[in-house]
Amino acid sequence: MADSNPPSRQDQLELVDGSRVAVIGGGPAGSFTSYFLLEMAERADLDIEVEIYEPRDFSCPAPGGCNMCGGIISETLVQNLAAEGINLPDTVVQRGIESYVLHMDVGMVRIETPVDEKRIAAVYRGAGPRDIQVRKWGSFDHHLEGLAEARGAKVTRGRVMEISMDNGRPSISVKGGEPQAYDLLVAAVGVNSPALKLFKELDFGYQPPETTKTFIREYFLGEEVIAEILGDSMHVFLLNIPRLEFAAIIPKGDYASVCLLGEAIDKDLVDAFLSSDEVRGCMPDDWAPDPRSCQCSPKIAVKGAIQPYGDRIVFVGDCGVTRLYKDGIGAAYKTAKACATTAVFEGVSEDAFRRHYAPILKTILRDNAIGKVTFSATKLVQMMPFARRAMLRMTQKEQSIPGRHKDISQVLWDMFTGSAAYMEIFTRAIHPRFLGRLSWELLAAVAPGKRSQP
Amino acid sequence: MRKQSIEKGALGKVYQDGEFITRQGDVGQVMYVVQQGKVEVLMEKEGHETLLRVAGEGEFLGEMAIFDHEVRSASLRAKGEVKVLTIDKKNFLKRIHIDPSLAFRIVQTMSQRVRELGDEVARLKG
Repeated sequence: MADSNPPSRQDQLELVDGSRVAVIGGGPAGSFTSYFLLEMAERADLDIEVEIYEPRDFSCPAPGGCNMCGGIISETLVQNLAAEGINLPDTVVQRGIESYVLHMDVGMVRIETPVDEKRIAAVYRGAGPRDIQVRKWGSFDHHLEGLAEARGAKVTRGRVMEISMDNGRPSISVKGGEPQAYDLLVAAVGVNSPALKLFKELDFGYQPPETTKTFIREYFLGEEVIAEILGDSMHVFLLNIPRLEFAAIIPKGDYASVCLLGEAIDKDLVDAFLSSDEVRGCMPDDWAPDPRSCQCSPKIAVKGAIQPYGDRIVFVGDCGVTRLYKDGIGAAYKTAKACATTAVFEGVSEDAFRRHYAPILKTILRDNAIGKVTFSATKLVQMMPFARRAMLRMTQKEQSIPGRHKDISQVLWDMFTGSAAYMEIFTRAIHPRFLGRLSWELLAAVAPGKRSQP
Repeated sequence: MRKQSIEKGALGKVYQDGEFITRQGDVGQVMYVVQQGKVEVLMEKEGHETLLRVAGEGEFLGEMAIFDHEVRSASLRAKGEVKVLTIDKKNFLKRIHIDPSLAFRIVQTMSQRVRELGDEVARLKG
């Protein structure tokens, strides 16, 4: 028998004129989602409202305005954003990165950008460290939030206290405010926000991603010292320090960001890294790490969330699925755009997200599985001195001989910058020419009399 | 906040006044996005150059190289100091296959240029 009261278009799990979208979290994932939702809606002649809920003011320094991140925008993302019409201004980009310097106990090598141009951006997510004296640059997150606002998003500076589903529609309450009903709820809260626990009450199967801790500390050196000592290079360290997987020093405007990744990072591990000859060698002679410097230990996702979507609810960025260790902002962009396209053109049902949004998440997850293999190989190199010597020699030859194929240089560049998919890096690393040259260098590295000749 | 003059430390590549970014007849493997300053689009024929237009900040240039295999149809020259970001053809095409909407703005730009050319033809014939 036919229903005498057919559902209205708004009940049909799709966005229509007048639909309201709530985005919880004003970091890159939330701002990108808001921006693209409004852009796609305009293309589809759809009039929707988008409201971002973000308690922090990113135009402030840490801790209030910070989003706890190394602050590197990969060259792939810089190019994709430029193609989207989103250019990163000099007022936000603290430094354009043009090379990577790999530091190991057996020596160091500079890997120049494959193109004669700076396409990697070093930024601060907020206005800078808590001890910042002069604010010369703006915040990356504040810039993106501003772009979303300019597109028509409304930003509410309030902490969401309660989320519920009323008659199949998400409802949000901020402190001291009335509950607001929406047609779609986008969660872009990352993995460090207390707001993440609010979603546990919603019974649709969502489970947050597994995480690990990182360590970030900001050292003031001054713009001139940074330019002279670190230059426009990101400094990457493969050191045989127990529990340390990866470390980098990223030059910003007046500060250098020290980022560590490893198991149970504690004071001893940080001290061992900072006092290593390799770190001392690339910092000023009279430099002494100030333990009072601005620091944080944010969590990063190492696995994807379970069921990051349902009817009228979707998770974007870190709290959904992100890239392993690298290019989290790039993953935020990809998931945000896929989410916006699905919501505007395919609907906001669980089925629509499963068919059109989930494939993008699966692509990232599959690539992360390859990434794990790649990082395991790096760890092996880290543990074996002869492998480090071989890698150094091969890279140095490629960088010093004009016209030589940049096999290992390209692999390392993509590993460090996060510019390419792990699958692409893996494919390059199993190319016969790469394997042949690496085998030769491995043999040379273990051969007697060759060890001291990198 | 930073001063408005072109920062050599930030993104892109800086070209000085009169410096060519690409020449007509070159094989194009990238497209360009003007970050700061102005770029002249020129056609060169038998030593004579014709200024087609002047592009400003945020504009795409050389985008035809992304979609065809022809050589550059025009030269790009810095008008004053400019900063330009390149977008690699190979990576960009790969990304378009995953997210076709990434090409929307380029299609929009090309559509606008076809419209401008139509107006120009009409003006010349009129």
